[in-house]
Amino acid sequence: MSERLAADVAIVGGGTVGCSTALHMRQRGVSVVLLERGVCGGQASGVNYGGVRQQGRHLSELPLARRAREMWGRLGEIVGTDCEFMASGHVKLARADAEITELEAYRDAVKPYGLELELLDREQLRSRYPFLGDAAVAGSLCAEDGQANPRLVAPAFARAARAAGATIREHARVIEIARDGAQFVVRTADDVEVRSGALVNVAGAWGHEIAAQFGEIVPEDVMAPNMCVTEPLPYFMVPNFGVCGGGIYVRQIPRGNVIFGGGKGVADREHVRARPIAGTSLAAAAQAIALVPRLRHAQVIRTWTGIEGYMPDVIPVIGPSRTTPGLFHAFGFSGHGFQLGPAVGAVLTELVLDGATPTPIAAFDIGRFAKTEAIQ
Amino acid sequence: MSAKDAQFTRMAERDRPRVRFVVDGRDCEALVGDTLLTALLTNGRRVRSSEFGDEPRAGFCLMGACQDCWVALEDGTRLRACTTFVAAGMRVVTQ
Amino acid sequence: MTERPPVIVGAGPAGIRAAATLAAAGLAPIVIDEAPRSGGQIYRRPPHGFARSYRTLYGFDAAKARRLHETFDGLARKIDYRPDTLVWDLRDGVMHCLSAGASREVAYRDIILAPGARDRIIPFPGWTLPGVYTLGGAQIALKAQGCAVGARVVFMGTGPLLYLVAYQYAKAGGGVAAVLDTTPFAAKRRALPGLLRGGRTFAKGLWYVARLRARGIVMASGIKAIAAQGEGAVSAFVYQDAAGSRKTIACDAIAFGYGLSSETQLADLAEIPFAFDSLQQQFLPQRDIAGRTPVRGVYVAGDGSGIAGADAAELAGERAALALLEDRGLAADGARVQTLERALRRISRFRAGLEAAFPFPVDVAAKIPDETVLCRCEGVTAGELRQSARDIDGGDINRAKAFSRCGMGRCQARTCGPSAAIVMAAALNVPLERAGRLRGQPPVKPIPLAVSHE
Repeated sequence: MSERLAADVAIVGGGTVGCSTALHMRQRGVSVVLLERGVCGGQASGVNYGGVRQQGRHLSELPLARRAREMWGRLGEIVGTDCEFMASGHVKLARADAEITELEAYRDAVKPYGLELELLDREQLRSRYPFLGDAAVAGSLCAEDGQANPRLVAPAFARAARAAGATIREHARVIEIARDGAQFVVRTADDVEVRSGALVNVAGAWGHEIAAQFGEIVPEDVMAPNMCVTEPLPYFMVPNFGVCGGGIYVRQIPRGNVIFGGGKGVADREHVRARPIAGTSLAAAAQAIALVPRLRHAQVIRTWTGIEGYMPDVIPVIGPSRTTPGLFHAFGFSGHGFQLGPAVGAVLTELVLDGATPTPIAAFDIGRFAKTEAIQ
Repeated sequence: MSAKDAQFTRMAERDRPRVRFVVDGRDCEALVGDTLLTALLTNGRRVRSSEFGDEPRAGFCLMGACQDCWVALEDGTRLRACTTFVAAGMRVVTQ
Repeated sequence: MTERPPVIVGAGPAGIRAAATLAAAGLAPIVIDEAPRSGGQIYRRPPHGFARSYRTLYGFDAAKARRLHETFDGLARKIDYRPDTLVWDLRDGVMHCLSAGASREVAYRDIILAPGARDRIIPFPGWTLPGVYTLGGAQIALKAQGCAVGARVVFMGTGPLLYLVAYQYAKAGGGVAAVLDTTPFAAKRRALPGLLRGGRTFAKGLWYVARLRARGIVMASGIKAIAAQGEGAVSAFVYQDAAGSRKTIACDAIAFGYGLSSETQLADLAEIPFAFDSLQQQFLPQRDIAGRTPVRGVYVAGDGSGIAGADAAELAGERAALALLEDRGLAADGARVQTLERALRRISRFRAGLEAAFPFPVDVAAKIPDETVLCRCEGVTAGELRQSARDIDGGDINRAKAFSRCGMGRCQARTCGPSAAIVMAAALNVPLERAGRLRGQPPVKPIPLAVSHE
């Protein structure tokens, strides 16, 4: 099935970032071909917990997260559907006094970025969220944070990008990326060849493989977030809850299902397979009950996981290649890329087309992993 | 045809000890060896409401495959009625 | 190091024969079953203390049922039998088993999956009303609880089970309002040569039909289900007869089904590759006639890997156990293996005839009305699933599941799956096998959050 395509920009990876990039490129009138090995949103973008939060992020991520939050608020305008986004609030719970100090310090640290957090003491927690058990001693509320349905987001961006004229190919595994002068030549397993002037590497947990081909070695590991969902229960929990230390997170959708996660499943990056781990699911269930005692009667009806790229400093790689003009990276979102995704697409488009972006991204420079090798 | 008070009709095996239990606050009787589903449906024509649309449900496959017959006890306990035996003193909520 | 005992999941006819075969060879298998008593579905045993005879419970199959039950009961000291136990996940040689609110890990080296089957249904308007049950469910009510699912029951659908259960109800003195077969009479006549190869099984079928007619029960073929009607519970069934006339029958219960569907969730978790079976119109785990799968140490037997009936299940269970023994380097009776495989092949030819005589009405499934609930767990209509097929830019059933929520409920698409796949295929205008396959995810059935675990 030999096919030859040409575009201004080739995008490798059909997660939210890739599909958002494709849409933003088309809005700037630039031709785009996106190649996705499986289905758009099939990995990290689609399997994550669904928390849409600025709170809790590394400070370097906040400008990007603030930009993303503005986009989440008008997602319907951008992609034609709100993907079930609700600004239901995110509450990060302290389960020990030392953690209260942590929450207070973070609240102070993020004020300059324009993020307003409200500290709640035990009485306020009990009064607003009477379903919380005694484990929670305090909490930090970010009222403008919330949740969305991860299964819908990347496909929604893909659909909007296609409607705007992007060529998006699923089941198109990239097997070779070569250079022909200033052009990139990308070839897939079923012999589709894409020639482009720029290449956007948004290949998630496999982003490091593409970077390595261009002499940029980054230590990208994998993780598989172990997720569980209950049967539908009467709707009682509006905010999305997490805890200091990150060991358990719980949210309920208006239909009633409670989604919770904690711990890791098994990720096989090479064979693109991932499995939740039974013991991890049961341990998370126990933690969920400790946090929200009324969950002790509920049934778990499904567990799942997927493959996410993980960086040692737990922040992503975003920015231009340090070795190759025309090559741009965004991968390794380390388990918290869902909220950022729409904005990273906008940022990448600015980098590719304008050479710069107003959003600070210096902290994510691939150059921070100094071990580059001379290209052969 | 007149409305019936019970869905299931006992055809055999009637010679078993009785079990008293409660449905929506109402005293009911079943027989030892009845599943909770049988116990409920020899006393009525529903076991729960659907979460989506609020319609009554009364089980479907009777073999623990369809998951339609999950019921709640007054204390919040969840039971799959067709694969659980009725026990004396059970207090079931179907509305 | 002590060799791990083989594990058998399922104590129906396949599991029982597998257990007996392994026990006879000196192994002490672990036999895990969800039910409180052995027997599976067709040979389901009522609770202890129920009084009816084998003849009353199992009719023509009384002797078979008794032999199976006695065989299994006789193994008690030779096997590690764990009833009331659900295998809810398995991976990398470890099973996770839930029993009495506690989850235990059980390591295995080799495992025979014999989880059986469930009714295959097609939603129709009103099918979620109280009083509408599967044919299998109606049979379980009578056999295992001594109850009829209603005082006046309409039996509807197609397949041998339709006539068997209706007959059992009539014989027990139950009210049988009608027996309505969706298969046109002509199709059954055409399939006669294939059916005759089934010998006794076919003769039984004819006998049930004759007895029902003799009682003056309304029987019809080539019908189309229109709706179950009632306020809060079923009070009538509306259908179209073969001549195209609309008929209404007063009833307080409907029992329906169109054959069986294999329970394949554990096979999926065991990472056995699946292939589309065009006879059964379902994706099934890949297997050979011995029950070996491409996964070393994992065997399948019985209806859980392809519908072939209880007799075939017994043979397959024994054959899979012999394969396991062979693979462990233990002696297996070569002549017996030949006999079993010959018998299995003969049954499989008869099953093809049966499918032709009682075809799964795919066209009916494709045309489920838009307003009809398709996924009863999540309340998703056929129309909503069709809409998601249009919204997903040519995806498959997994993406449609994510968008429409069809199949995301407690039953993990056991009930809606076969029909949902057909609706999807029709909406996407692709052959059924291209609509995709819903993957099994642990837990295979709901488990409590509050489970304690070792």
